[in-house]
Amino acid sequence: MSVKQISVFLENKPGTLNAMTNVLTKHNVDLRALSLAETTDFGIARFIVGNTLETVTILKEEGYISSLTPVIAAEIADKPGALNEVLQILTDNQINVEYMYASLGSKNGTAYMIFRVQDYKKAAAALESAHVRVLSQEDLAEI
Amino acid sequence: MERYYQPEIECASREAMIEIQNEKLVKQVKHVWDNVPYCRKKMEDAGVTPDDIKSIDDLHKLPFLSKADLRDAYPYGLLGTPLKDCVRIQSTSGTTGKRVVAFYTQHDVDLWEECCARAIVAAGGTNEDVCQVSYGYGLFTGGPGLNGGSHKVGCLTIPTSSGNTERQIMFIMDLSATILCCTPSYAAYLGESMKEMGLGPDDIPLKAGIFGAEAWSEEMRQDIQNTLGIKAYDIYGLTELSGPGVAFECSAQNGMHINEDHFIAEIIDPETGEVLPDGTQGELVFTSLDKEAFPLLRYRTRDVCTLTREKCSCGRTHVKMAKPKGRTDDMLIIRGVNVFPSQIETVLLNKGYPANYQIIVDRVNNSDTLDVLVEMTQEMFTDNLGEIAARQKDLVEGLKSMLGIKAKVSLVAPKSIARSEGKAVRVIDKRKI
Ligand SMILES: [Zn+2]
Repeated sequence: MSVKQISVFLENKPGTLNAMTNVLTKHNVDLRALSLAETTDFGIARFIVGNTLETVTILKEEGYISSLTPVIAAEIADKPGALNEVLQILTDNQINVEYMYASLGSKNGTAYMIFRVQDYKKAAAALESAHVRVLSQEDLAEI
Repeated sequence: MERYYQPEIECASREAMIEIQNEKLVKQVKHVWDNVPYCRKKMEDAGVTPDDIKSIDDLHKLPFLSKADLRDAYPYGLLGTPLKDCVRIQSTSGTTGKRVVAFYTQHDVDLWEECCARAIVAAGGTNEDVCQVSYGYGLFTGGPGLNGGSHKVGCLTIPTSSGNTERQIMFIMDLSATILCCTPSYAAYLGESMKEMGLGPDDIPLKAGIFGAEAWSEEMRQDIQNTLGIKAYDIYGLTELSGPGVAFECSAQNGMHINEDHFIAEIIDPETGEVLPDGTQGELVFTSLDKEAFPLLRYRTRDVCTLTREKCSCGRTHVKMAKPKGRTDDMLIIRGVNVFPSQIETVLLNKGYPANYQIIVDRVNNSDTLDVLVEMTQEMFTDNLGEIAARQKDLVEGLKSMLGIKAKVSLVAPKSIARSEGKAVRVIDKRKI
């Protein structure tokens, strides 16, 4: 089980991220989770939204280059040690995390971790068998 | 052992060659004076008559012919023979907009094919070889030139023309082609395609390639040689002079021998027109010595390069020209090194990028900086930062190898490079000197 993350190419200079969020706001796109990876002259904005395909179309029309990447969205308790537990499961299953970021979510006491791994099916199965809830595309509305 | 198509000419002593050139030049100047009113007028304006040209030492007295003259005289103004004696035209899109149309008599076609035959033999070709010509056939000179040369050498010629990669590979493998003629970028593409099919250099029957019609770097030569398991030779030519084969590389692979019995090369200062000594960089100028239908005297190619008469290990005595660096009109001097936008474009295209780029030259702390902006494309983009950074680094290395100086590569947003009238502004020079 995985969700689709949108990755957008951004130049690493003042205002580019803001210009993109302006575009998303203008089209009432609600960002569920967002992270930014950058080198000295370019960056990649990675985020999860409710309506992925529509958002990609909007970005394309506005001249942005983007791609879709399957990632794992796991629900964790918003308390110390919760992230560590999840990471331990992945380590035990020899799953390497390329990158990850968090989203607080709208439910009290819950947070969501977004993981990018090579074999997302294996990762999702490992987490689920350890009773960690892995979200599907349909579940995203609750983030 | 080195083989030659015409050893008596290709290895002639300098004295013998000068004698051939003197005789041909005097005759050619008379031919032009008598048959090309456009050029006669230019000579009269310069105060020169055929009587003033007694040997190649008098060559500098003749006026230059430029691309602008070709445009003004289009289509028949430079014709040296009646149309009934012409058997062929070839054509190329001129850099200044108007097409160049060059005419050939049968004699002209023969001498052009002979030049190409010399190139094929220099690359090791004999009548035992199977030569696949993957240059385009048609108005472009690449296909017809090498096709003719291949016939003269007696190779079994496979006229595949350009395109249809699958079919190209099928012929190379099924008919055991040993020589490949095409553009260097297509050779690289064929190499990559064959590699993807699991064919290694030892599986591919090719042994040599003759690649021209575009700029390529030494790094690219190595890549092509390794993937195809061949020796890759450069070839130079201009439609205005005949086509490929004006100059060609030998086993030494370090410069192209100019077919001096047919073309005299000079290097001039593009600003003053003054002839420069061998070894000096400048604009390449050619005089065709025995073309009948399109007899150009002192034609300014706008290509910038150097000539050398150093003894070549192959035994040929003809002067060698270095790979042209680019065009005189868009040369930049950065940290004392001549840089041409065309060189940067070549690296981008060779590495699979679209030609959406901009060159920004600036001076920071008394040192020139060169920044190449490349627009990100959907094809290039991936979610993997490391992968993009690696491609960026590869591009920096490719540019270093082509230009000899380090450039910074910045990946920028699509369509962010300023365009004027739809065309991107290629060079921004911010230096205040
Ligand atoms: Zn040589």
